[in-house]
Amino acid sequence: MTTQTTTGSDAFYKQLGRMYGMYTGGFVAFIILLAILEQVGVPNKILGYLFVFFTLAVYAIIGVATRTAQLSEYYVAGRRVPAFYNGMATGADWMSAASFVGMAGTLFLLGYDGIAWVLGWTGGFVLVSILIGPYLRKFGAYTVPDFMAFRFGGNFARFIAVIVLVCCSFTYVTAQIYGTGLIASRFLGMQFEVAVFAGLVGILLCAMLGGMRAVTWTQIAQYIVLIVAYLTPIVILSTKHYGIPIPELTYGTAIAEITAREGQMLTSGLATAATLKPHIQPFINYSPLNFFGIIFCMMVGTASLPHILMRYFTTPSVREARQSVAWSLLFIFLLYFSAPAYAAFSKLEVYTNIIGRDLTQVRPWLFSWGELGLIQICGKNAASIDAIVAACKAIAGHPGVVRLQDFVINTDVIVLSTPEIAGLPYVISGLVAAGGLAAALSTADGLLLAIANALSHDIYYKMLDPNAPTIRRLTVARVLLFFVAVASASLAATKPGDILAMVGWAFSLAMAGNFPALIMGVWWKRTTATGAVAGMIAGFGLCLFYLVCSRYFPGYGVKYFGMTSLLNPLSGAPLVDIAKAMALPNAMEVMPTLAHPMANKVGWFDLNNINCGLLGMPLGFLVIYVVSLMGKEPSKEMQAYVDEIRKPRGRTVLEEKT
Amino acid sequence: MAPAPSQSNTDEHWKKTTRLMFIHLGVWFFFGYVIHMFVNQLNAIKIPILGFPLGFYMAAQGSLIVFVVMLFMFARQQDKIDREFGMAEDD
Repeated sequence: MTTQTTTGSDAFYKQLGRMYGMYTGGFVAFIILLAILEQVGVPNKILGYLFVFFTLAVYAIIGVATRTAQLSEYYVAGRRVPAFYNGMATGADWMSAASFVGMAGTLFLLGYDGIAWVLGWTGGFVLVSILIGPYLRKFGAYTVPDFMAFRFGGNFARFIAVIVLVCCSFTYVTAQIYGTGLIASRFLGMQFEVAVFAGLVGILLCAMLGGMRAVTWTQIAQYIVLIVAYLTPIVILSTKHYGIPIPELTYGTAIAEITAREGQMLTSGLATAATLKPHIQPFINYSPLNFFGIIFCMMVGTASLPHILMRYFTTPSVREARQSVAWSLLFIFLLYFSAPAYAAFSKLEVYTNIIGRDLTQVRPWLFSWGELGLIQICGKNAASIDAIVAACKAIAGHPGVVRLQDFVINTDVIVLSTPEIAGLPYVISGLVAAGGLAAALSTADGLLLAIANALSHDIYYKMLDPNAPTIRRLTVARVLLFFVAVASASLAATKPGDILAMVGWAFSLAMAGNFPALIMGVWWKRTTATGAVAGMIAGFGLCLFYLVCSRYFPGYGVKYFGMTSLLNPLSGAPLVDIAKAMALPNAMEVMPTLAHPMANKVGWFDLNNINCGLLGMPLGFLVIYVVSLMGKEPSKEMQAYVDEIRKPRGRTVLEEKT
Repeated sequence: MAPAPSQSNTDEHWKKTTRLMFIHLGVWFFFGYVIHMFVNQLNAIKIPILGFPLGFYMAAQGSLIVFVVMLFMFARQQDKIDREFGMAEDD
């Protein structure tokens, strides 16, 4: 590197604070400008377009401006991203459409049990920091399979690691692109398929030219948009209702009111004990085993997902990698500890201003969601008062007021409708849409990069053509990025039914495939290559088998593998009558739909298939341990390398030629 | 000046690092799992003024705050160990 570029980039890093400060100020000014436009009568649809296209344009400009032709910049952003900023980028990388739009809705529906996801998606960073992240940073890899290959004897281990990486990242990225399509179609009235490919262009502009370097700087910009968008509506709502702009403190009162209202609804016949699930009562949606299983699988999965681990390859030092994990969790925490507040405020609104209301007095905010089929009352879309009244009249003995069992809401609506519930102007709704889009795009960027890097660096460069020149390696990386992106967008455009469940599966698969080998590779010198490879295959294989069998081949699972029905967490009764279901003509159907009576409802030990990592990971550890002890101790050289990984000081173990 | 790297120095550094890791793993396990096993008992306690049932609060906020704080503490503690054995990177 020449002196000139070094000083040039030093100035760049010194100015980061000022640049992102100005960016944040500009974003706030932009919101105010749009608010003024709204007041002078610019239609909502135009405001929505302005929001989405302006933010997309900014990400694209950052993406193009930070393009690079250097390998270390492309793969690990030159390893110069300061801890604080890397934490912000990781926050955006981490928080997906599911976190931004879906999390609060899940908490609304499941109450206490939904918190398993909040805990699971935060606590994992403790494991990242104390067990893995800093050691991989010291090792000096470009990708997670790099580490596996070095520590575990070459390209076979690398290949297995790439398979694990692609399996868990590809399903995950498809869900993100699906999320961008959903948000864009809902707010801009675009056709879903068109919206998916519009989102794709945004993603490619950010990631293609600059790789990790470009993705890092856009993710920081996206984090700022998404956190402002998430917190603004709820802070205003909290101030309006309770006079304190800190929703995380005030929603305790809302929860007490919800609990009181739940009792009231039961005694006045507005809800039946069968349909009402008390908000704070634990273990009524998940059995304790599945509740703690989800927490554990999401936490360990966090510490095994390659697109998260590789963010910590970009810090200037091991010390900063550790600090960076702490910053990451702080930035993620800001959103996650607010999500239960969204759920509580929405639930209180529904329980007090919809349930128990005369049909003709229902608050009008829900009609725009009813039109889209996202809110139903008495089994029909709640598009207008007339529609509700007609639908409820059709039910025999309906009292004429909305009862809890009449009301159905799609969970995505919770966050998106909060601005309207609070009676805020449309500009805030547009802001929320831009935030959801930022969350989905930033995660998709990180995931696509993880896949494309593994294919270009690990498969192409390390396995197929080790003599490829820099230019060709970068070209291959970009072309692969493009094709992976198009493939996942094409899959997303078909709206596959399992898309959201797949996000949960990705965590379990990553956990079963990667976690034992990563941990043992760093923490137990005696781990041999054969042991690690066998453990990865066994753990990942068992997890994948359990998932696929219980979801797509439930009949075979029951007949040949001794699977039984999962149990209702509250009553302990089986979810399906297995004998009856097995007698059905389609019992042994291959690839049945979700509506199939046994799909996802059978398994071992009453274990939900999202938690398949609970089976795979222990097996992985056991196999690594036993097989390693049977083999010869790793060479003195390898043991010395492991010592090197454990010491922050000194050169990285793996030196890439650039 | 940092002491010269020797095998005993390396082992001692790793021993301390491992101990710190297990301490944090224990805290993580307690706040990630153990405390939530007692959610029903904790829910009997109401946090004054804010009105949260304690069991619900610990899952929704309390444990998360512990995780954030312990990560910043871990970064400092591990750095201290690294410096003590001359294994820290130059500032």
